[in-house]
Amino acid sequence: MSAWPDDLAPEAASILASAPTPCAATLPLLWLVQDQRGWIPDEALGWVVAATGQTLAQLEAVLSFYTMFRRAPAGRWVLEVCRTLSCELAGAPRLLDHLQARLGVGIGETTPDGAFTLLAVECLAACGSGPVLHVNGVPYERVTPERADDILTALCEGRLPERPEADAWSYPS
Amino acid sequence: MVVPVLTARFGVPGAHTLEVARRHGVYADLGRVLALDPGAVITEVTASGLRGRGGAGFPTGAKWGFVPPPERRGNRPVHLLVNADESEPGTFKDRVLLWHDPHRVIEGTLVAARALGCHRAWIYLRGEFKFLQARLDAALAEARAARLVGPDVLGSGFDCEIATLRGAGAYICGEESGLIESVEGKKGMPRIKPPYPAVVGAFGDPTVVQNVETLAAVPWILEHGAAAYRAFGTPASPGTKLFSVSGHVRRPGVYELPLGTPFPELLQAHAGGLGPGRTLQAVIPGGSSVPVLTADEAMGATLDYEDMARLGTFLGSGGVIVLDDTADLVAALANLTRFYAHESCGQCTPCREGCGWMARIAARVAAGRGTVEDLATLEDLARALPGRTICAFGDAAALPVLSFLARFRSAFEARVQP
Ligand SMILES: Cc1cc2nc3c(=O)[nH]c(=O)nc-3n(C[C@H](O)[C@H](O)[C@H](O)COP(=O)(O)O)c2cc1C
Ligand code: SF4
Ligand code: FES
Repeated sequence: MSAWPDDLAPEAASILASAPTPCAATLPLLWLVQDQRGWIPDEALGWVVAATGQTLAQLEAVLSFYTMFRRAPAGRWVLEVCRTLSCELAGAPRLLDHLQARLGVGIGETTPDGAFTLLAVECLAACGSGPVLHVNGVPYERVTPERADDILTALCEGRLPERPEADAWSYPS
Repeated sequence: MVVPVLTARFGVPGAHTLEVARRHGVYADLGRVLALDPGAVITEVTASGLRGRGGAGFPTGAKWGFVPPPERRGNRPVHLLVNADESEPGTFKDRVLLWHDPHRVIEGTLVAARALGCHRAWIYLRGEFKFLQARLDAALAEARAARLVGPDVLGSGFDCEIATLRGAGAYICGEESGLIESVEGKKGMPRIKPPYPAVVGAFGDPTVVQNVETLAAVPWILEHGAAAYRAFGTPASPGTKLFSVSGHVRRPGVYELPLGTPFPELLQAHAGGLGPGRTLQAVIPGGSSVPVLTADEAMGATLDYEDMARLGTFLGSGGVIVLDDTADLVAALANLTRFYAHESCGQCTPCREGCGWMARIAARVAAGRGTVEDLATLEDLARALPGRTICAFGDAAALPVLSFLARFRSAFEARVQP
């Protein structure tokens, strides 16, 4: 059915009210679903179609066009490693190898316990402080394999580690 | 020491909050500017010579002048879309600017909106900037509470709503018409131009898409005057620009410099030079999409639009990627071709197919399995792109291939089998 579930309905209504057209609410509504559910289940397509006036085919096209929308559940912690040129020069391949070995998964895979999903992504706009790792969208910069281990340890304890680099704009070696 | 136009509040603790931002001059001149005739604002920005900092370098005042007046647009609304998609490899200045000085970007948005007669602006952030969206939304909420955003800004009678929007992972949404499609809730596939967005943009209405850094310069220009802005830079490249430096330097980062600054000064005095014992091999001066320069070309260059044109490249976004003698240029090109193959929106055959083939061939060459013929095929594919696609992504994907092969031919020839 196409009615929004109770927990999402108020926010969905407010997104629709502030969007210039119903169709323009598409991305914000998809983000709402993914932020709350962790992914975009099939039933959500009906909610978004009914709200935006997009056809199901159009919506499927939108979902597959943007890389960040997930059509299947991911791990509790989604690790995105930038692999574009500046990060490659800064050691991204080593970081990716290290994470694959530590987690025992390949790129695009989730650990069997559902804790971690490992992704390789394109430039994350922090090229001066690579390698860059996003953990559930939170950026960590200059991530050496040693720092990656510290980050994983913290995540296993259920917390995101500090980001002392957050306010920097120059990164002396 | 140059007066910072864009970086004055970098490192000021709490400058992202309204109180501190105001104490450091943000919004101080806004009331006066909102009382000016919109035409006078456009005239001042035009006189400053400010050029778009998103990559294309288009004169900002001229772009604002393209928006038809109300009587010639059937009284349609005008939209202002702030381009915070920042996805060009090597570029990280807008992220730093939004993090440190969100209120200056909001102020620049308000001034531009006023000049354009726009009452609703959106800041479009790339999908990966969730952490920045939170910061900006907090700044906007503070600004709204202080009557800086919303109805009757500062009692001027001018209404302006500003909201953030977020993409979901697609480089092409940084291209202005791709961004417009995305704002409308669709796939970010660029539109055929003309019509240009200033005439027919988002929702069929006149729309101005403007880069974050461009808008951040606007309040300073109005406060200090076009002549003060022109005191920096060169006649054809007035003002200052943020350079994002990455790669093989000892102090990568974002540095504000007057345009026209010699490249060696950026490299040595700001970015800390190369590692010990290293020599310069190549420099990509304006984000991954612009032609690469040899060490000699770069060391003789000044960082402005005209000198980059002299060298056959572009200032682009100011994303400077430095490659020293340890860099494997063949692998570097393979990396970039993979990026473009991943990001092509797929509408145009030469781009969709060409980017895929270029990436596969470049990877093969980098792995030592390529042939001399592969290099010729790479060039053919790249030559088939510029001017034959809907958007400038085609050029962006082709220029790295053509320039790496032209300037560093021997590195490629050494890697292939006869
Ligand atoms: C493939 C492609 C990607 C682009 N990405 C961005 C971007 O991430 N940010 C940006 O401001 N401009 C980007 N642009 C340039 C925009 O199309 C547009 O020129 C710019 O946002 C206009 O603002 P400005 O005049 O202030 O630079 C891109 C252009 C192309 C062709
Ligand atoms: S040039 Fe490439 S990215 Fe641009 S519209 Fe054509 S296919 Fe899409
Ligand atoms: S290349 Fe990794 S953040 Fe830009």
